[in-house]
Amino acid sequence: MFATLSDRLTSTFKNLRNKGRLSEADIDATVRQIRRALLDADVAVPVVREFTGRVRERALSAEVSGALNPAQQVVKIVNDELISILGGSARPLSFAKVPPTVIMLAGLQGAGKTTLAGKLALHLREQGHTPLLVAADLQRPNAVTQLSVVGERAGVPVYAPHPGVASELEVPTGDPVQVAIDGVAEARAKVHDVVIIDTAGRLGVDGELMAQAADIRAATNPDEVLFVIDAMIGQDAVTTAKAFLDGVDFTGVVLSKLDGDARGGAALSVASVTGRPIMFASTGEQLRDFEAFYPDRMASRILDM
Amino acid sequence: SPLGAKLLEVLSRDSLSEDDWDEIEELLLLADMGAGPAGELLDDLRTEVRVRGLADPAQVRDLLREKLVALVNPDLDRTLNLAGGTDEQGEPLPAVVLVVGVNGAGKTTTVGKLTRVLVAEDKSVLLGAADTFRAAAADQLQTWGARVGVETVRSQRDGADPASVAFDAVKEAKAQGVDVVLVDTAGRLQNKTGLMDELGKVSRVIQKEAPLSEVLLVLDATTGQNGLTQARVFTEVAGVTGIVLTKLDGTAKGGIVVAVQRELGVPVKLVGLGEGPDDLAPFDPDQFVDGLLGDQ
Ligand SMILES: Nc1nc2c(ncn2[C@@H]2O[C@H](COP(=O)(O)OP(=O)(O)OP(=O)(O)O)[C@@H](O)[C@H]2O)c(=O)[nH]1
Ligand SMILES: Nc1nc2c(ncn2[C@@H]2O[C@H](COP(=O)(O)OP(=O)(O)OP(=O)(O)O)[C@@H](O)[C@H]2O)c(=O)[nH]1
Ligand SMILES: [K+]
Ligand SMILES: [Mg+2]
Ligand SMILES: [Mg+2]
Repeated sequence: MFATLSDRLTSTFKNLRNKGRLSEADIDATVRQIRRALLDADVAVPVVREFTGRVRERALSAEVSGALNPAQQVVKIVNDELISILGGSARPLSFAKVPPTVIMLAGLQGAGKTTLAGKLALHLREQGHTPLLVAADLQRPNAVTQLSVVGERAGVPVYAPHPGVASELEVPTGDPVQVAIDGVAEARAKVHDVVIIDTAGRLGVDGELMAQAADIRAATNPDEVLFVIDAMIGQDAVTTAKAFLDGVDFTGVVLSKLDGDARGGAALSVASVTGRPIMFASTGEQLRDFEAFYPDRMASRILDM
Repeated sequence: SPLGAKLLEVLSRDSLSEDDWDEIEELLLLADMGAGPAGELLDDLRTEVRVRGLADPAQVRDLLREKLVALVNPDLDRTLNLAGGTDEQGEPLPAVVLVVGVNGAGKTTTVGKLTRVLVAEDKSVLLGAADTFRAAAADQLQTWGARVGVETVRSQRDGADPASVAFDAVKEAKAQGVDVVLVDTAGRLQNKTGLMDELGKVSRVIQKEAPLSEVLLVLDATTGQNGLTQARVFTEVAGVTGIVLTKLDGTAKGGIVVAVQRELGVPVKLVGLGEGPDDLAPFDPDQFVDGLLGDQ
């Protein structure tokens, strides 16, 4: 077993008789190693298929057969292709010409939306903005309480007209769509220049909740809809990303829990399937564990290089 | 379902070509079984198909299903151990269930659902909120408990020592003579050694008061290959005795638990099928395999 793709490829190439000129069989062996590395990194099967197809084509071309070190050349091709899919450089947030800028968060249950709301709020506040957090998850027990605590830690006010599900209240009260609308109105009235709307976690297959998210989007006309996805996710990344693209048509992606040791192949899957840029990385539970997304670092991480 | 139909279509072809086998392998990969296990299973299947001279696609399909079920192993004991020990005086101790896992996997929700199941079985239950870290984590647990009239032992202070809250909860459970105490812990990524050490301490401190009956690792079904690493490290640190596979109500198949069970021998005991109070069920190997193959 070889730990990294570089190791694997080097060992593959070691067996090649004529290192300067690769036969088609040599290339196939190489592509198999790349496929395996990507699958181990949780890159989605259809994305792996497409990706290896492209790499194979380039590997068969003159740039490799003429290279002094074909192994290194193939690794370079793989790396370049990865970075190009992941996006050249991180796109910054778009702000509204007429404030408030509305940022809506969406994603599966437990992905890291509420935590990200706090991180974004702190980040924007420190840049001189005056954000308002809006508690539009009225469903998960104490989601509103959680956002309130997060807002307090970030030093950012929270608009929370409904407590959602809490000890005193068994059934959710209030309408998340209305809360979102009122939150934007509140921001306008109190002159906050950014509104961050935290929403409930939802599954791609949950038609009702997905429609609710679409309603929140339609009613608040956000400048950014950020799809938060857990870096540990496996093959489901594609299905889920497509469902959220159809459901809320997100404008950017945030990859969360990148402080873990998952390879994060989902980054590749989501970027290649949706064409939406990965904008930020969430790298911990603390409010400052948040940074721009770096495609080159991610490429190395996926390939374990 | 599209996956099931696809499998049937692939297996219905006259003779399976290399591409056909690749497609079957992809079905297993799509379920997050992992390239290693999927490849092994495929090799095994191909060999047996050849040896037995199987030509009927339906037979090949049945054989694949059979092999998957065998991998998942229906013979494993998947019942929750809720028998508490006894103290030196021979007095019964509460059964202690410790719930662990990475961030956002569904631990607190699982504790909430399990509380409901136990209360419905007429057991007395106490909750311990040993997540003193995440914003409003104890409130979330307390809400779940309050729904079924179960008390939560918690710290009023964020950042209190989780081990001491867990200790207090078990001690209180002993004093009250309850049947089961469920201890919820903070989510932690397994590569954070400080947090894993803290979990080790929670476990040790609890055992000063009473033995652990179950240590449940909560795994999110959407998790890919990292799930195996999670299971390895949590088992090492906290002696996991069972897996709860959550969020199976989504499109994810949870195939990583096949490798987890095989490597660690820790059975999946429960599955989470939604956010509601009744969305917890015993793990059913046949149903799980049907899900893997896209048959349901
Ligand atoms: N290690 C780590 N933990 C994170 C990160 N982002 C969020 N978390 C943790 O993941 C868990 C879930 O985060 P939340 O922000 O509550 O996720 P959510 O998407 O709002 O969850 P729901 O509202 O229940 O759908 C919490 O324990 C967070 O502390 C991250 O980047 N790294
Ligand atoms: N669809 C679905 N959602 C679930 C399931 N189990 C939990 N959830 C949701 O997943 C999110 C996270 O659940 P929690 O119970 O807070 O997870 P946790 O592991 O306690 O999270 P931390 O304590 O922050 O690490 C919540 O929105 C839950 O409602 C399940 O089986 N299906
Ligand atoms: K499923
Ligand atoms: Mg949330
Ligand atoms: Mg929790």
